[in-house]
Parts: sequence; structure tokens; C-alpha cells
Amino acid sequence: METVREWLNALRTGECSARDAVTTALERIRTVDPQLQAVIAIDPERALAQADTIDRQRAGGEDPGPLAGLPIGIKDVICEKDVECTCASQILKGYRPPYDATVITMLRRAGAIPVARLNMDEFAMGSSTDHSAFAITRNPWDTNRIPGGSSGGSAAAVAARMLPCALGSDTGGSIRQPAALCGVTGLKPTYGRVSRYGLVAYASSLDQIGPLALTVEDIALLLPHLAGHDPHDATSANLPVPNYPAALFQDLRGVRLGVPKEYFIAGLDPAVETAVRSALHLFARNGADCVEISLPHTEYAIATYYIIATAEASSNLARYDGIHYGWRAPESTTLDEVYSHTRRRGFGEEVIRRIILGTYVLSSGYYDAYYLKALKVRTLIRQDFTRAFDTVDAIVTPTSPTPAFALGEKLNDPLQMYLSDIFTVSVNLAGIPGLSVPCGFSPDGLPIGLQILAKPFDEMMLLRVGHAWQQLTDFHLRRPPVCATSFSRPTTHA
Amino acid sequence: MPDFAPVIGLEVHVQLNTATKMFCACPNRFGDPPNTNVCPVCLGLPGALPVPNAAAIEAAVKAALYLNCSVSSFSKFDRKNYFYPDLPKAYQISQYDLPIGTRGSLEIEVSGTTRRIGITRIHLEEDAGKLVHAPGASLVDLNRAGTPLLEIVSAPEIFSPEEAYAYLSSLRLLMLYLGISNCNMEEGSLRCDANISLRPAGSSTLGTKVEIKNLNSFKGVQKALAFEIKRQSSLLATGTPIVQETRLYDAATDKTLSMRSKEEAHDYRYFPDPDLVPMTFSPEYLARLRDNLPETPQHRAQRFVSAFGLSQYDATVLTSDPALASYFEDTIAAGASPKLAANWIANNLLSALHQTSTSIGACKIRPPQLAALINLVETGTLSSTSAKTVVFPAVFEKGIDPNAVVAEMGLAQVSDTTQIDQWVVDAIRANPDVLDSLRKGKVKAVAKLVGSVMQMSRGKANAALVSQRIAAILKDMHGIEISG
Ligand SMILES: [Zn+2]
Repeated sequence: METVREWLNALRTGECSARDAVTTALERIRTVDPQLQAVIAIDPERALAQADTIDRQRAGGEDPGPLAGLPIGIKDVICEKDVECTCASQILKGYRPPYDATVITMLRRAGAIPVARLNMDEFAMGSSTDHSAFAITRNPWDTNRIPGGSSGGSAAAVAARMLPCALGSDTGGSIRQPAALCGVTGLKPTYGRVSRYGLVAYASSLDQIGPLALTVEDIALLLPHLAGHDPHDATSANLPVPNYPAALFQDLRGVRLGVPKEYFIAGLDPAVETAVRSALHLFARNGADCVEISLPHTEYAIATYYIIATAEASSNLARYDGIHYGWRAPESTTLDEVYSHTRRRGFGEEVIRRIILGTYVLSSGYYDAYYLKALKVRTLIRQDFTRAFDTVDAIVTPTSPTPAFALGEKLNDPLQMYLSDIFTVSVNLAGIPGLSVPCGFSPDGLPIGLQILAKPFDEMMLLRVGHAWQQLTDFHLRRPPVCATSFSRPTTHA
Repeated sequence: MPDFAPVIGLEVHVQLNTATKMFCACPNRFGDPPNTNVCPVCLGLPGALPVPNAAAIEAAVKAALYLNCSVSSFSKFDRKNYFYPDLPKAYQISQYDLPIGTRGSLEIEVSGTTRRIGITRIHLEEDAGKLVHAPGASLVDLNRAGTPLLEIVSAPEIFSPEEAYAYLSSLRLLMLYLGISNCNMEEGSLRCDANISLRPAGSSTLGTKVEIKNLNSFKGVQKALAFEIKRQSSLLATGTPIVQETRLYDAATDKTLSMRSKEEAHDYRYFPDPDLVPMTFSPEYLARLRDNLPETPQHRAQRFVSAFGLSQYDATVLTSDPALASYFEDTIAAGASPKLAANWIANNLLSALHQTSTSIGACKIRPPQLAALINLVETGTLSSTSAKTVVFPAVFEKGIDPNAVVAEMGLAQVSDTTQIDQWVVDAIRANPDVLDSLRKGKVKAVAKLVGSVMQMSRGKANAALVSQRIAAILKDMHGIEISG
């Protein structure tokens, strides 16, 4: 049992009870996670209790839901009622939300069982998961390397087969980049497709929750239980949810794929370029029509992103002030001290850096030159994509310019780290959906990701192209050296 | 001392009386135990998101239209960022550059002169919570956090403390007419800050502005402004420049005290709230709201004068509270004569309400009962005296049917001429000396006959009819003329 489909088949046929499924997932975590540190916390009792409820329902002839018994990992930025949610930050240590995020409610209703809280860069700020206040997550393909970020725990847990699937969040590439670096499949849905209610905000106009799994098929099975209008999120789209699994039955014939020339730049790792170019050949050989396109404002995306994201973050993170919940610096006496000590010591360096940046770009006298200008460039970037989608059905690019880098390599060079988002941030600025699928390996044996983009709310196209790709290749099925199913057979009691 | 003229601008916050809060489904209610009307949204918990209250937006648009503002088709919410323990998100959702309404106006009347005061802007925002200071600790109550709040900013076109008072009264009345707020200053549902600067009389350049906060009543606003005019005048007279600052008014000492200077002023770093989508108002929507705005207090008073023949004074009194004006109209609708109803309401009812500190809404005597009482007097069934001294107080206290009171207490007046004539004849017979006195021209002796009739009737004889019948019988039977 590795893919979601395999787990669900075993659960449906009764080969595996929900209790077995949870037990298996917990055992895999215990076996493998000490090497990876992808997991921040588990709550076996809670997960087993939900599993027992599902088993009872099934025994009683009730339908416990289409995902009944499926273990899922949750990035530690999505609220689960009464479960500690830290965002990998000291400042939220001990904080237990009194409510469930909408996606958690939906997943539970479908029968999925959240079993683990997964590591991340603090408050989703970073591309490496070494900006966590608690642990540095390692890449299952090479434990001296980062798994990508900020959803690094989610990507590593899925890659190492600890869990069949996980939720991540993507503000500038935080699902797609770690998926690429860990060799798994990750989807950032269209902005507004999945409710943000209960997702601790980093940059509200860019954040989006999405699934990570081994295959596109698995993503198609999960997405119907995440997508949809939520009256608790004013930015969620009131549009019908398509039958996503239907996308899996279409091939590539007649699909027009755009290849943006601005994405094949100096600094692009040759192995990445080779893998993506050969992917394009394979697409063409199988009936797709590959054409070069232009996204002329690409070079401004990083600057635009870091202005808008940090501006919103400076406001979103202001609530962590030591007054109402979370951690408070103990020695503070005056109100100003409570604020300054709590925030100085409660946040990590990268978070403080972004709060200061964001505060600066919104300050009176600088607002027009930075924030307002960034909003205008954002419109231009969005228009680039609108224009491109007039002629193509999907756009294909590398997900990340390089494979996984070494632990700590970019810790003291934030600008270098920011550049690893160069191919992913435009997608969030434009609000369009993006999928990353494995498309090869570097000479060092590190996974390489292919990013597929489509017009807003056309996740069907991403699933179609991505699934067709995975029918032609097997990169997504290769196991990393650190992998739960390589050591032990899953425990199943039929 | 040279003459300085004040220039005043007022910033009024009006809490809307919607059922729920601005961005969540919590009850919007005053006076509940601390932190009971709260949820993840108004507590500002991580991950919670605001969803705008359509009723609050509609109330704000109505207020803007009622205050003659232009309402553009597009408006948005912005974040105002600052740290304070009563502000759980560390930003207030407010409006910055695209408020709901701009360039409106409001009419005020001071000593018989009517002036139009400009309204710069009206915007919608959420209220903060409240700090409760206990010995050794400050506590936070977030019941109020997220209450919909309308901020109404006047142009600096108010030129005296009296005008400021009139502006506030007029604004409050309009909000009450719209029915969008309780406008209760004690409960904080109406709050006011004032800006004031002085300039040499006749000058057109503005002086340095001082902001006054902690104004807890309209009278307080007037007194604080009067104090500031004196304070700033004496500084200016000695050539001392005014410091741009925020001052707090202390009602106990009737003084303003410095709170913070401009150097400590905040940079609120406003930016559009990315959690909310912009509001758009179609021309049809705006037209529908405009067409359904309530009559203004001025129009209603005018109508009371022209349609019901009330005096301007009574009309103004009755329209000074929309509930009172409706009460009056309901009383007429229940069959009372407009002039009598106006008298009863403006005199007896209002003073009874005042004495018992009752609001018109909580008043037990309802319009149909008041109309019934008025008609009992008008048809002569009840004497005006009994009506005022016995029946009205009973109905006011218990909210019962006046007819029942009259019947129960046997207060029905006797207006039967035959019966009254019998009593008059008996009275004359029992008081022969009265005829002698009358013949000697002592007209006042008639009072003895009236008293005697009232005694015989146990007070129920119709007093007017009694006087009339005594005069007739004296003339017809005894040849004595007492008219005049
Ligand atoms: Zn609430």
C-alpha cells in the first residue's frame, strides 16, 4: 500500500480496517521519521478513535465516506480542533485552535483520518523547511539535503511512504517546489478553489491549500473532498466542482502546451533543463502540440511577490503579540515589552526579516513606490497568463531551477533562497492552478519536477496532462533510499 | 485679547444595531457577560476569516444616502494596522481611500438660523473590544470586537460649541429615523471625537488642530470645545503657539488634558484587506435604497403642521424622536383628533415618560388606548380632570383599557340634561339664600349651587353642562340673569 488508490482499495475490500490503516501509518512514521523529521506531532489516540468509528460504521452497513480510513498528514499550518497548531513557530507553541479548518471538516466527512502534523518553514516562509523552530526536515533522497519548502514535511512524508497523502499550503511554490525536490506530485489549486478558512495566513491573496501524493490519480481522488465554495471564506469561488477523476480518461491528443521562453534562463541547472526538454519531446510524440510562448513580465515576479507577500504577512502576523493566545515572553512587564520581547524571541529570523520588509513597503512615503507598484505589476503578470491561455491549454515549465540543495546552504543567503521560487511565484500572483510531477533525476539521483499550469479553475487540464505524463513514465513510482515500504511490509489484518 | 474664531470638525462613530457582528455570526448585543459573544473570527484567531454582514453594508449605504452623500459603485475594506490589547488581530478592518459615502451634508438649526454642514466621508468598520481595568491587572472583553461601526466625519465647518451640539443632535436624530442604531451614548453606541483649531476672526487660514477625545455626552462635547476655545485663545493672545496633539476631556473637572503629541502619532499602514472582495453597488440597488429612505424629521414636522394643523412647536416636539412621531400618527389612526392627541402626547405622556424614565417604546399605554381615552373626554363621557388625574395614570401604569378603568371606578360623567336639571332644582331649593345673594348682584354665589350639584352627583355631573343648566334655570324659573 503506497498510493492513495492502493490504500483505498485495501480499505474498501476489507483487506485492511481503518484501525489497521492508522496503525500502519503510525508504524511507518515511527520507523522512518527519526531520519527525516517530517512529523511535528502525532496523536495516535485521536486517530485510532476516528478509525474505530469508521470501522463500526462499515460493520453496521453505513457508508463511512469515499476516503474512509485513509490516513492523511496535515501541514502544521491548518487548524484542527483541539490539536496543537504551531506553524513551526515558538510563538504558537501550545496553541490549540478551538475549531476545524473547512478542509479538515470536509476530509473528515469523507472519512479521511488526519494522523500527523507535518513540519514546515516557520509560518510557511521559506523554501527549505530548515526555517522550522523545532526540527530540520531532511530529503528522503539524500538526508544531507533539504526537502524544499515550505511544505517540506508534507513532501518528505509522502515521498518516504510514511503517509499516502498530505495537505500542504502554497503561497509562492510551497507545495510544488518541495513536491519537485522530493519526487512526489503536488497541486496548488486555483486561488478560491479550496477554502482558506482555518489555514493560518501568511499572504492572504496568495495562500492556497492543496494536496501532495504520489500520483496525479491520487490528487484527482482527493481534490473533490477539498474543493468547493465555503461561506466562511469571502474569497472562495462559488463555482461547481467538476468531476476531477473524469480527467484521467483523456489523453494528450490535441492538447496545446505552451513553453515560456523566459523560464529557460541562466542559472537553470542543466539536468533540470535536460529533463524538462525531454519531457516536451515525449509530450509531442504522444499527440500534444508544443509551442513556444512568452510571459514577458516573468523577470519581475520575484520582486513583486516579495513585496506583496511580505506586506500582507506583516499585517497577518501582527496578531501574535503575546496577549490573547500562544507564547508570551515571560519576563515582560510593560505592554510594549510584552509586544517586543514576545515577537523578537517568538519569531525566527526569516519571519522577522519578512515582517520588517512588509512593514517597510507599506509605510507612509514608501507605499506608492513599492506596494502600489507591485499591485500594478501583479496585474501585468496576470495578463501575461491570460494572453498565453488564449493560444494554449496548458503551460509546461521546470518547477524549480535546481534539484534539492544542501542543508543550511542558503540559510544565510535569503536572496539565493528566494530565487529558488522563480518559476512558482508567478502562478500565485496570477491566481492560476499549478501541478508539479516528477520528470527525471539529476546525475546525483535527486528528483526533478515538471510544473504544469492551466487557466483559472481548469484543474481538469492539469490532471489530464499530468496523468497522461505518469502513464508514459515511472519517475513518480521510484522509491527514495529512505522509504518506509522498503524496510517493512505493511501490517494488515484481514 | 484679540478675537479668535474656532473651526471645528466632528468625527462620530455610530454602532449599527444589526443582529450579528460585522464579519461573523456572533450576536451584536450590549451588556452580556464578558467574552460570551465571541468566535474564532472576532477573537482574531489564526486562520479565521471575515465575511461581511450584508445588513451592515446596506445600513451604511442608507446612512450615506440619507446624509446626501454620493455613493460610488465601488467600495472596499482596508486594514488599519496598530497594536493594542483590545484589537485581537492587531489591525482593524476599516475603509481608507474608497469609503461608502463622500461629500454629504446635514442641516442644523442654532438660534433660529439654519446652516448646512458638510460631511466629508462615511465609512464602515469594525469596533474594537474593551479593556476592563481591575486591581493589578487589565482584562480584555471582546464582546464588542467586530461590532459594525459607521464613522461619519464632518467637514471643518462647525464654528461654535453650540453648532457642534446641534450637529450631533441632528445627526443622532437622522440615525434614529433610519433605525440603524440605538445612538445611546452611555452604552457607547454613539461616540464622538472633536477637532478644533483657532484662527484670528476674519482670517481664512486654519490654525493648528487639536483633537479631543473621551467625550461622553453632547453637553460634554459643547463644554470641552468651550474650554478649548478659552485655553487656546489665551495661549494665542500671549503669542504661544498651539501644539498639535490629542487631548482628553475630563468631565469631572471640565478640562482637557494632553494625551499624546503628533510625534507619537501612528503610521497605520493602510492597505486593501486581501481577505475581502470589493463591494459593488449597482445603480438599481442604490435607486431602490434611495426610494425607500424614511421621511426626514424636517419633512415629517412640516407634514404634521400642514396635514394635522399642529403648531410648529408641537410638530417639532413630536418629531424629535421617530418612535414618538409614529406613536402620534398611530394614535390618530386609532381615531383620536390630531390636536388633542398632540396635546396629550406632548404634555401628559412625555412628562409621565420623563418622570418614570421610560422610553416611548416601553410605554405601556399604547396608541389605541390613548385614542380611546381622548375620545372618552371628547364625547363628554369622562371629565377632563378625571381623565388626567385618575384614568391616564392608571392606564399609563398598567397598560389597561381606559373604558375598563372608567367603568370599574364609576367615573362615567353624567351629561343627561333631565338628571342635571333635577339636581339644579334641588340645589336651589336647598339653598334659598343663594337667590337673595344673586338678586343683590353677588354673582359668585352660583358656585355654591355648582358645589351642591356636584355633591349630589358625587362628582359625576358634566361640569360644563351643570353651569349651563344653572344659568338657564335661574333665568327661566327665577328671572335672574347671570351670564357675563
Ligand atoms: Zn464572532
